[in-house]
Amino acid sequence: MSSNAVHSEPNESQIADGVAPILELGGITKKFPGVVALSDVSLRLYPGQVTALIGENGAGKSTIVKILTGIYQPDSGDMKLNGTIVRFPTAHHASDAGVTAIHQETVLFDELSVAENIFIGHAPKTRTGLIDLAEMNRRAQELLTGIDAEIDPTVKLRELGIANKHLVAIARALSIDARIVIMDEPTAALSHKEIQELYELVGQLRDQGKAILFISHKFDEIFQIADRYTVFRDGQFVGEGHIADVDENALVQMMVGRSVDQIFPHRETHQGEEILRVSDYCHPTEFEDISFTLRKGEILGFYGLVGAGRSEFMQSLFGITRPSKGVVRIEGEIAAIDSPARAVAAGIVYVPEDRGKQGTIIGLPIFENITLPSLDRTSKRGFIRLAEEFSLARTYAERLDLRAASLDQDVGNLSGGNQQKVVIAKWLATRPRVIILDEPTKGIDIGSKAAVHEFMAELAAQGLAVIMVSSEIPEILGMSDRVIVMREGRIVAEVENEQLTPESLVRHAAGIAESVH
Amino acid sequence: MTLLLKSREAVLFGAIIALIVVISTRFPAFVAPSNLANAFNDTAPLIILALGQMAVILTRCIDLSVAANLALTGMVVAMLNTAAPWLPAPAIIMIAIGLGAVMGSINGFFVWKMRIPPIVVTLGTMTIFRGVIFLISGGEWINAHEMGENFKAFPRAIVLGLPVMSWIAIAIVALFYLLITRTPVGRAFFAVGGNPDAAVYTGINVGRTQFIAFLLSGMLAGLTGYLWVARYAVAYVDIAAGFELEVVAACVIGGISIAGGIGSVGGAVLGAVFLGVIKNALPVVNISPFWQLAISGSAIIIAVAFNAQTQRSKGRVILKKAEHAT
Repeated sequence: MSSNAVHSEPNESQIADGVAPILELGGITKKFPGVVALSDVSLRLYPGQVTALIGENGAGKSTIVKILTGIYQPDSGDMKLNGTIVRFPTAHHASDAGVTAIHQETVLFDELSVAENIFIGHAPKTRTGLIDLAEMNRRAQELLTGIDAEIDPTVKLRELGIANKHLVAIARALSIDARIVIMDEPTAALSHKEIQELYELVGQLRDQGKAILFISHKFDEIFQIADRYTVFRDGQFVGEGHIADVDENALVQMMVGRSVDQIFPHRETHQGEEILRVSDYCHPTEFEDISFTLRKGEILGFYGLVGAGRSEFMQSLFGITRPSKGVVRIEGEIAAIDSPARAVAAGIVYVPEDRGKQGTIIGLPIFENITLPSLDRTSKRGFIRLAEEFSLARTYAERLDLRAASLDQDVGNLSGGNQQKVVIAKWLATRPRVIILDEPTKGIDIGSKAAVHEFMAELAAQGLAVIMVSSEIPEILGMSDRVIVMREGRIVAEVENEQLTPESLVRHAAGIAESVH
Repeated sequence: MTLLLKSREAVLFGAIIALIVVISTRFPAFVAPSNLANAFNDTAPLIILALGQMAVILTRCIDLSVAANLALTGMVVAMLNTAAPWLPAPAIIMIAIGLGAVMGSINGFFVWKMRIPPIVVTLGTMTIFRGVIFLISGGEWINAHEMGENFKAFPRAIVLGLPVMSWIAIAIVALFYLLITRTPVGRAFFAVGGNPDAAVYTGINVGRTQFIAFLLSGMLAGLTGYLWVARYAVAYVDIAAGFELEVVAACVIGGISIAGGIGSVGGAVLGAVFLGVIKNALPVVNISPFWQLAISGSAIIIAVAFNAQTQRSKGRVILKKAEHAT
């Protein structure tokens, strides 16, 4: 249904409830260079109700949160607060309008006291314009008592645990008389008991008539505390309704069911002998018991929700962090990988997810970025032979079809897709045996995506073993020969591609019991 | 990028020439070749130290201990010379470089292995090195008459019209140019400073690279310690006091980004020469030393503001270019 039609006439659910939405977003579109993050989405929040926002990684959930809190401006579409059109040009406007967000990583100040955190930006003042400390502490105490939090408002925030920090964030939300509370994965870092306490608190807020937007990956908690749901997929609105009217399967279907809009290269897999064998890889805090094998010419997909420990494991496999236990064998021989340099020497290379931060070195020209890990090969008696270096860079730039005016250009001038190619070219130039691609197409445009996929298929065809970490289900299904699903730092499933469905992937990743085949 | 860097160096070069021309209109004697050669020779220590400092700054560190390192090495070799006058100049030079290297590695060790911020480490070692000079010398001066003739003569010997000290500076500029542009470690300096995270992911050992930069800076400071003490024929606790700031200033004026990752050998040399010209010219044109400080200080701020400006306009140009490129 067109979102524009909604505002004048109440839709069915409104009639059923007899309440009008307090906040209503319609036709919201937000584009970033090369990516459409949100396309014509709508969202309705009702007073005294918890609305769960559901979607895969990259569905546009965090973008809508940033629009709601005034951090991003939508390119089109409108926002209505109690029926009147509003705009939030800054975060301040959003909080004045009564919108507040409690983030995944709570945005508070460790070195300030609890009371100061609650009242920062709107502290009670004395007549002389100074902060009224006594009044502030008294009101903070009131708010904290109101939510049954036993926290001394005068202690510094850093002395509190994560659960209590959440409570402080909630007290802050109450202090500005928030009417709309956004909770972005609030339970991600909490223990079971703390989660139960949080649910109670959410219930209290609901009873006070606040509209709550609850973002979560966990189906059990959605069914426990939400009244309504809204599903986004690939930046588009898929559906909404009462939680009582749906079951898990229906929601999973909405999250993943999609038209096939991407075409993946057709691959004939010729898998060779085993090249990599990882046994019992463990890390004190990030992951444990990771064991798998990889063959030449194979593409092995690693799927999981954000925070499942996939990147953390890959970083360890690449020698950036050390495992507490575990063995890596390359072609049957044990490889002691304790630094990235060792990993590269052993033939394992890693193309990180965060290209800007971990991939290219802005300020160095393209060719120097490409040859950086291969300089030993282009040097003689300690000196780099520039002609050789340049031709090495050119070879791989051409192989990747890198579009640049000149290889002398600063790598920062390139688009995201081309920077990705520089990073891949850099690693191919080291002649690796195993290449790990972490979210290889995240944030790049459709055209470059297809090129990366095609190239990945070509690499595998040439006998390179590829590990692809991806949170995009179509990419995982379209590219992998085999998929490993991780959840909470462990491997929960290992499946040949033929036996995979989008639904089963999501179920494994979210930990939903296998109810239907 | 390289073009812009070159143009920045061209601007600095132009400023130096303009400065010399202005001075020569009032004091033609200033541009006499012998005087210019003298001015260059005076600037040689600054050039040498600025190169070492540049390596350190490229890796997002700073070395405040260079002047103290210089002074301590100078004192040690001067005492060594009084105790063992028979040691030839090359041996003295080797010892000076070795001592400097030890002090540089101490800095590098703390930055690499203990992960202490470089400014803290070198602020500490700066004070310690000065303290050690006092301990070993008892606060006494070593004067010209206590030093051997060979010891004093070496840096001043004239070869092909220039003193040996100038030739050493020129040789080091050439070596450094090769090191920075043509060796893997030179490339690593830029990578580590430009994007330490990406450098790690590329298999570069960031701490080790920073250690090497400190080692180089220390070696050059040690070498300069001997040259300084021999040329001025005196060693005491406070020689070259505050010189580390001049060295950092030369780098900053020369366009070495204090945030790391950006800079060139040419820039560092020109930055040092610029300060050298000001220092040598102002007394000639009868400007008080207090004004000298103010002028050097203004030069630093102008240079940084200029660099920030070019950086900013660069952003806009690149965006347009990027549109065309993709």
